[in-house]
Amino acid sequence: MLNFILRRILISIPTLLLVSVLVFGLLKLLPGDPALALAGQEPDPAVIEFLRTKYGLDQPLPVQYFKWLGSILQGDFGLSIRTRLPIGEMIVQKLPVTLQLSLQAMLIALLIGIPAGVFAAIRRGTPVDYIVSLIGLGGLSIPSFWLGIMLILLFAVSLGWLPSGGYVGFFESPLDNLRYTLLPSIVLGTAAAAIVMRHTRSSMIAVLKQDYVRTARAKGLRERIVVTRHALRNGLIPVVTTSTLHLGELLSGAVLSEQVFGIPGFGKMIVDGVFSRDYAVVQAVVMCSAVIFLLLSLIADLAYVVLSPRLRS
Amino acid sequence: MSGETAPMAAARGGARRSAMRRALSHPSTMIGGTLVLFFVLVAVFAPFIAPFDPNASDWLAVRQAPSALHWFGTDDLGRDVLSRVIFGSRASLAAGVIAVAIAISIGVPLGLVAGYFGGIVDAIIARFTDALLAVPFLVLAIALAAFLGPSLQNAMIAIGVSAMPVFVRLTRGQVLSIKNEDYITAVRALGVRDRNIILAHVLPNVMAPIVVQVTITMAVAVLAEASLAFLGLGQRPPAPSWGSMLDIARQFLTEAPWMAVWPGLAIIAIVLGFNLLGDGLNDTLTPQSEDS
Repeated sequence: MLNFILRRILISIPTLLLVSVLVFGLLKLLPGDPALALAGQEPDPAVIEFLRTKYGLDQPLPVQYFKWLGSILQGDFGLSIRTRLPIGEMIVQKLPVTLQLSLQAMLIALLIGIPAGVFAAIRRGTPVDYIVSLIGLGGLSIPSFWLGIMLILLFAVSLGWLPSGGYVGFFESPLDNLRYTLLPSIVLGTAAAAIVMRHTRSSMIAVLKQDYVRTARAKGLRERIVVTRHALRNGLIPVVTTSTLHLGELLSGAVLSEQVFGIPGFGKMIVDGVFSRDYAVVQAVVMCSAVIFLLLSLIADLAYVVLSPRLRS
Repeated sequence: MSGETAPMAAARGGARRSAMRRALSHPSTMIGGTLVLFFVLVAVFAPFIAPFDPNASDWLAVRQAPSALHWFGTDDLGRDVLSRVIFGSRASLAAGVIAVAIAISIGVPLGLVAGYFGGIVDAIIARFTDALLAVPFLVLAIALAAFLGPSLQNAMIAIGVSAMPVFVRLTRGQVLSIKNEDYITAVRALGVRDRNIILAHVLPNVMAPIVVQVTITMAVAVLAEASLAFLGLGQRPPAPSWGSMLDIARQFLTEAPWMAVWPGLAIIAIVLGFNLLGDGLNDTLTPQSEDS
């Protein structure tokens, strides 16, 4: 197992290095002088000169890249132009907020997606299956930011049950934290629920055709036992791995959800970075997203090995 | 020299026609196709259908609720929401089509080359694809759009580049699954040039999943364009775009909720259309999905 983990980490290194080349290359997409862009909206000539020396912009590209890589490897992403704080510190502060939202969203997605998927698979080809599948496709088609706006309109503006935006930390007040994060988690979890449902459905359809399920039925076991004890246990393996991978994609959704609800998380950080021309922040968010995704794909692979009896040995 | 006889080509044409007929008669394809066609017609004939100029402000009709004159109401500048939704379909569809065109014109050839030739070329292309796929789709699109500068054109490029690696991986996988089939080995033994083998024999046989992926990516691209426009990274005002209309509507939720409803419903309808089309084509065109 340890060998497997080490090998997977080693495989991820070239990918991460390539991501770093691409992220570094982003800066070169900027029209004109990057120092001018990095200096913010009202650049001071002294700041431009300072940035040019600091980033070594007068040096050859490979030298610039390796210097930049050296500092991000030490966790030094530079200073944010907008907040004047170290970007690494900002990430440490904001990432847990998004992580909490993503985990709550995934919980909602699993609670809705798995039963709906199993239900559709058992009733395959019936109107129930078509309706559940259509709702699933609908969940994939709703723009999350629009869903957020509609939920605010209903639960905050019309009914006044929940706040329309803002954030309270979990350790300040767990109850308020839940009130502020409930709608954003639902928004984030909707598309994820649809994806979980579709995966569960197709995986269960495949499993329900297997010989051991037929044997279980032939033994005279009740259908409920066949489905829950025998089929579900194997049918959920691919669902677990794809859901883990999808947690990475939730970062995309978090950008919109956090923007709509004004939550100071990792997703909002990239948007704020974009609009204050804080390019180092944008680069740091992209780089960290890739690290998170690769970590999640490692966890997904491990989960697959742990859960699948054939691979465990 | 293509290495194909006339009866072979005819049989293949017949099989493809029957697959197409099967695909078109699938309920998902029919409903999805109708929805997509509806929006294509709306986009093409927008100037003839829209009751008002989408950019004409009317200060005497600011934030009016839906009425017989303004079916979808008016916005904060007194512009007709229906006309803006109609014209907004142009930005959405253009973004979808151009982004997908960028994605396939780079992704499919790279996938074909990587899968067919293998070796070091494959290793390099596969690593680049992995690197791009490691960044969440929208995060990559936002970063690219931000560095390129906010405009509809740059949003399309950003979405296209972000969607490209999926096509590389899909095409490469498909090519790997068929490249050792007898008919490919046979034409190779005949001395047909690699370029001709790829174009005449490999590409047509890996097309079905690519067509399915194109439809699904259209849905993703339309959603992504709306998201970028919502964040202020897409179509610049005053030109109408569903995403930017929703961004403005958010500021007037209590006074004019209708401003937020219609552009959202339009996005759902068109994205659902592409998703249904993709599901229908997937069920009928790709053999492995017939079971599901």
